[in-house]
Amino acid sequence: MFRNQYDTDVTTWSPQGRLFQVEYAMEAVKQGSCAVGLKSDTHVVLATLKRSESELSSYQRKVFKVDDHMGMAMSGITADGRVLCKYMRNECLNHRYVFESALPVGRLVKQVADKHQISTQRSWKRPFGVGLLVAGYDMTGSHLFNTCPSGNFYEYKAMAIGARAQAAKTYLEKHYESLPPCNMDELIRHGLRAVQACLQDSELSSSNCSIAIVGKGMPFTILEDAALEPYVSAVKEEDQPAIAEPDAVVDATTVVEAEMVAEPAVDNTEAAPADEDEGPRPMEI
Amino acid sequence: MIPRPQSHSHALGPGVTGPELLVPTSALLERPPAPTPLTPSCGGHAFMVDPLQLHEASSHGDAGGPRQHTKYPYVTGTSVIGIKYKDGVMIAADTLAAYGSTKRYKTTQRVVKVNNHTILGAGGEISDFQHIQTVLNELTDEDYRMDDGIEQTPSEVYAYLGRVMYNRRNKFNPLWNSLVVGGVQPDGMPFLGMVAMQGTHYVDSHVATGFASQLARPLFRERQHDDMSEEDALALIHDALKVCYYRDKQSINKFQVAKATASGITITEPFCLDVKWDYELFKQPTKWAVGAW
Repeated sequence: MFRNQYDTDVTTWSPQGRLFQVEYAMEAVKQGSCAVGLKSDTHVVLATLKRSESELSSYQRKVFKVDDHMGMAMSGITADGRVLCKYMRNECLNHRYVFESALPVGRLVKQVADKHQISTQRSWKRPFGVGLLVAGYDMTGSHLFNTCPSGNFYEYKAMAIGARAQAAKTYLEKHYESLPPCNMDELIRHGLRAVQACLQDSELSSSNCSIAIVGKGMPFTILEDAALEPYVSAVKEEDQPAIAEPDAVVDATTVVEAEMVAEPAVDNTEAAPADEDEGPRPMEI
Repeated sequence: MIPRPQSHSHALGPGVTGPELLVPTSALLERPPAPTPLTPSCGGHAFMVDPLQLHEASSHGDAGGPRQHTKYPYVTGTSVIGIKYKDGVMIAADTLAAYGSTKRYKTTQRVVKVNNHTILGAGGEISDFQHIQTVLNELTDEDYRMDDGIEQTPSEVYAYLGRVMYNRRNKFNPLWNSLVVGGVQPDGMPFLGMVAMQGTHYVDSHVATGFASQLARPLFRERQHDDMSEEDALALIHDALKVCYYRDKQSINKFQVAKATASGITITEPFCLDVKWDYELFKQPTKWAVGAW
């Protein structure tokens, strides 16, 4: 979209009935690095790609725990996202203090969406430039919500936001029907494969992505670096063009042998099978 | 003379010149005139309230006289009892609201439904109980407005009331009630708890407030267990209510029992119990008394 005379103010409508400032805010969400969420009947997984400013700096943190039963990943202006995270944590804490129970995910997301809406209807404010993927498990089951700067929120079975999210969405559209009965490991692997689709220049590694999982009997936990390594290895193993092995044999706990990962890792992005002469595949052990 | 807003004194009551005149205007605050209390020539206290002095007094924390707090309850209910049984919980109380020793209101409902899964019984000041019902209705209305099928569970109502009561206690203005909260949780487990006027709260398989905590509790300790049948539970409730009626002077023979199960809430119509008063010695109680006439 290009500049026009109706886009200076968030409180100015265009003749077509559009609020351009709000739409530009949603563009800011699309510029952030990818965040993917997907849920089964018992668990919800958030997978994000981490971006860093330079080689010297640390990665920008995108996944935040809101409460034991809820967490979120953001895409867009992370400063706005941090403010929302603080608000959500406060609401959850207050609810726990007064009611001694977990705040239902849908209710908190509704409050956050109302907060977004306020900033689209005040001339002295600007819309939030961040989209949230809120994952939680409460007494009504597992939930995944997406909020956007316009003040709308939607519940999803699986969703991707941020840069090159369409690639992840394509993967999710293919697989979302098989998600509900998945266990935790399978769900994490789906999340990693979905987020891998968003990578352009680099390849998936435990240092440039992070996973968060919450579910029945599982408080919100963030997996990064060393904790994530087994799953990343498992996904890379599976991506080896299969010779005679069905994918279903892969079990995350058996693929911790780091030495096996080192050799075929380079071939990850190529389709040509290059490991026919590299000995027995690790799953056979 | 500078025209200043005037008001009748608090003793005469509000409404004649309006409470807004007690608020000083910005002009007054900027250039406060020298205070001249007008005393009537007949002698007596000045009846003109100076809004500026009132404003200053309020900033010192005692506007318009000493703050009043609840010191005594006036219209009260007595004991409330509650037990868990196999299918849920039962809470029972009589229907009397007494005004001191006078048995003033004999048709008050002291056990009420909060939402589809929670019941509440209260003893103590009835007006405070009505206020609590208003506050809980606001909670239930909020759930209705949210329109997501989620309702406050009994344990959430219990925790909320605990916070409300404790908060009021901290302001030295308590809600003078003993509350019994019961219901069935979403996972099917019965829930029963008690909240006192200080904010003290606990959960248990059987609770009793007021006189019943002395009279009914031994019966519960002996006969209540979590998997008792509904008939046994009702019989136990009736016996406990009967004991309370016999021994508590501020009670009447008219009771209501509220029952909460997984399928919903029922509150019985008021009923009475069979009681025996025709003992020989009761017929002429002073016959053998020393010094009787």
